[in-house]
Amino acid sequence: MSGGVDSAVAAARAKDAGHDVVGVHLALSAKPATMREGARGCCSVEDSRDARRCADVLDIPFYVWDMAERFREDVVEPFVAEYAAGRTPNPCLRCNEKIKFSAVLDRALGLGFDAVVTGHYARLHDGVLRRAADPDKDQSYVLGVLTADQLAHAMFPLGDSLKSVVRAEAARRGLVVAEKPDSHDICFIPSGDTQDFLSSRIDEAPGELVDAASGAVLGRHGGVQNFTVGQRHGLGLSRPAPDGRPRYVLGIEPVSRRVQVGPVESLDVVALSTEAPVWHGPRGSVSDVTVQVRAHGGVAPAAVEVRDDGLSVALGAPLRGVAPGQAVVVYDGDRVLGSATIAATS
Amino acid sequence: MTYLDHAATTPMLPVAVAAYTEALGRVGNPSSLHTAGRRARRDVEEARETIAEAVGALPTEVVLSTGGTEGDNLALKGLYWARRAADPRRTRVVVSAVEHHAVLDAGEWLAAHEGATLVVLPVDAVGRVSPEVLRAELEAHPGETALVSVMWANNEVGTVNDVRALAEVAHEFDVPLHTDAVQAVGSLPVDFAASGADALSLTGHKLGGPVGVGALLLRRDAVCVPLLHGGGQERDVRSGTLDVAGTVALAAAVESAVDAVPRRTTELAVLRDDLVARLIGVVPDATLNGVPLDAPLLNGGPARLAGNAHLSFPGCEGDSLLMLLDAHEIECSTGSACTAGVARPSHVLLAMGVDEAAARGSLRFSLGHSSTAADVDAAVAAIGPVVERARGASTRAARTAERVGT
Repeated sequence: MSGGVDSAVAAARAKDAGHDVVGVHLALSAKPATMREGARGCCSVEDSRDARRCADVLDIPFYVWDMAERFREDVVEPFVAEYAAGRTPNPCLRCNEKIKFSAVLDRALGLGFDAVVTGHYARLHDGVLRRAADPDKDQSYVLGVLTADQLAHAMFPLGDSLKSVVRAEAARRGLVVAEKPDSHDICFIPSGDTQDFLSSRIDEAPGELVDAASGAVLGRHGGVQNFTVGQRHGLGLSRPAPDGRPRYVLGIEPVSRRVQVGPVESLDVVALSTEAPVWHGPRGSVSDVTVQVRAHGGVAPAAVEVRDDGLSVALGAPLRGVAPGQAVVVYDGDRVLGSATIAATS
Repeated sequence: MTYLDHAATTPMLPVAVAAYTEALGRVGNPSSLHTAGRRARRDVEEARETIAEAVGALPTEVVLSTGGTEGDNLALKGLYWARRAADPRRTRVVVSAVEHHAVLDAGEWLAAHEGATLVVLPVDAVGRVSPEVLRAELEAHPGETALVSVMWANNEVGTVNDVRALAEVAHEFDVPLHTDAVQAVGSLPVDFAASGADALSLTGHKLGGPVGVGALLLRRDAVCVPLLHGGGQERDVRSGTLDVAGTVALAAAVESAVDAVPRRTTELAVLRDDLVARLIGVVPDATLNGVPLDAPLLNGGPARLAGNAHLSFPGCEGDSLLMLLDAHEIECSTGSACTAGVARPSHVLLAMGVDEAAARGSLRFSLGHSSTAADVDAAVAAIGPVVERARGASTRAARTAERVGT
């Protein structure tokens, strides 16, 4: 229970369904006694209090589990390392994989519980994960990394509901968080300034900005962590492109620290090679599927070839701004077939 | 429900509830000069005399407060400021490593903001401060110490300090001694005058009185700078309109609890010894922390709080144990929790030399005036399956940590 409206209503529904429910709030920050900054963050004193208040109203036991060290090792440090390597990670997905449905789930199973219930918007029935009923809130993408074993011990009671319905239900149940704003961005970067967060953790490692087509050196930069594929602003190039059109980051070479830039159409990719697959669908080649490459948007028709060490994805329509490190989740209609981490694009 | 957390707070005694509710119905500010004020003043002063009589103090030595945290803060800061004002060289604040945070954090605050040097005295393996360790510290820094604060009885492991011997050492060096006796009053024989302490904190809700009322016993000749300025109540050391009903209830509870000490310590020790023996019978590798149950008396009283049973359960996380016991309707404690409720290994156990894993896997059962043999039976019946399950959870968590390569 993060202290937000979704997990509170999820707990309420699990209890109503007759389960023996215990609320757990994860202390993920090294400094848990800090106040919330803006609407962001998920482990401040206020969020902990909100979660506790909801548990009290629902009349369920409530505990704070200290997962700060695991979170730092399994989510924050890999996040920084990925950026330092010129890749674009998704820490929420990593948190689901390593914390909520690994560290928390394992401890819960050991203590005699059967499942972890969260307020994610996704549908899960008979081990099959599907997109949520609310298309604006669908979070099946950040759950696509879960294995069959993890899904067998997961419950997402909000999957069939619209967010507006969840808020109304929270108000009806007397939960103080009914009107609490949604959290955004990354919980461990409460300022929302990822660049600032990274620059304090990664040493400057200068490199060159080069034109992807000609190979000409256009300028220098302070470190690859300052760039994401698809980025347009903050390139620090004083001269415009010869044709006067904006330039975008097309690729990042971590070893040479060379950042390639070029015109927007060069951002289009039609094939993805991947690693670390999780697959629930049939083996071999599957066609007529869709893929999603980021939490919001980035959806395209595709055909996928499934191997043990990765998925080869051929896109039926180009996707723009796809970065190595992002996850690709494969859907058959609204059903999640699996996921993998993007290693390279073409 | 089986309530075994009396060291956190204990049910109000019926005499205190009766005194409290009766007094709540009356108006009157003890500082007012009219009839209602005089009546209120009489109530407060009679209560003050009752409290003083019960704990071996003079009525003027009873400075009413809101409880242990205020008493500790007033003693630490007030005595420090007064001593430093009298002699600017006296800036060392000497406390023990096992103090409650109300003392430790007040000391740290003085170090951070008031130029104090905080000295944390080590304790032995049972959590006791040796008078010789205190003497060595004071000898090494003659004329530099502002005050010493060592608790009478420890809230986590129940260890009783020899306050009289510690006060004698402090006085040899002309240093005042404060003692946090929040866990001691009503549980042990406490005589303020005989102890030699210059200041002593007590609180109502640990001995059957209400929450939010307590006292700092402050020797007549002790100089203490106030934290709260205002109407000049309580010897000008603690301003604020007096809580008449709270004080009356506190006095009723103190009187009753202190009267009952000889009988209660015997009864509780029997229950507690039975609890410890049977818990270890079920979980043979569990160990008792603190003073052994058969230790000789200290200054005519028990060397360990009679209601305290503090044990480590190897291979368990304390908060897993707590949660599983809660599910079995057994209410106990792991020790201190921070603001966000995150469990940390106890500074008390770490200071005693208990390793961090054992410190994390420990529980405090604390018995009190409402405890019965049925409570002991319930805890003993629950502990076996709870420990087994908590061990399973720890093993499983350790396996995941390996799998993900952390």
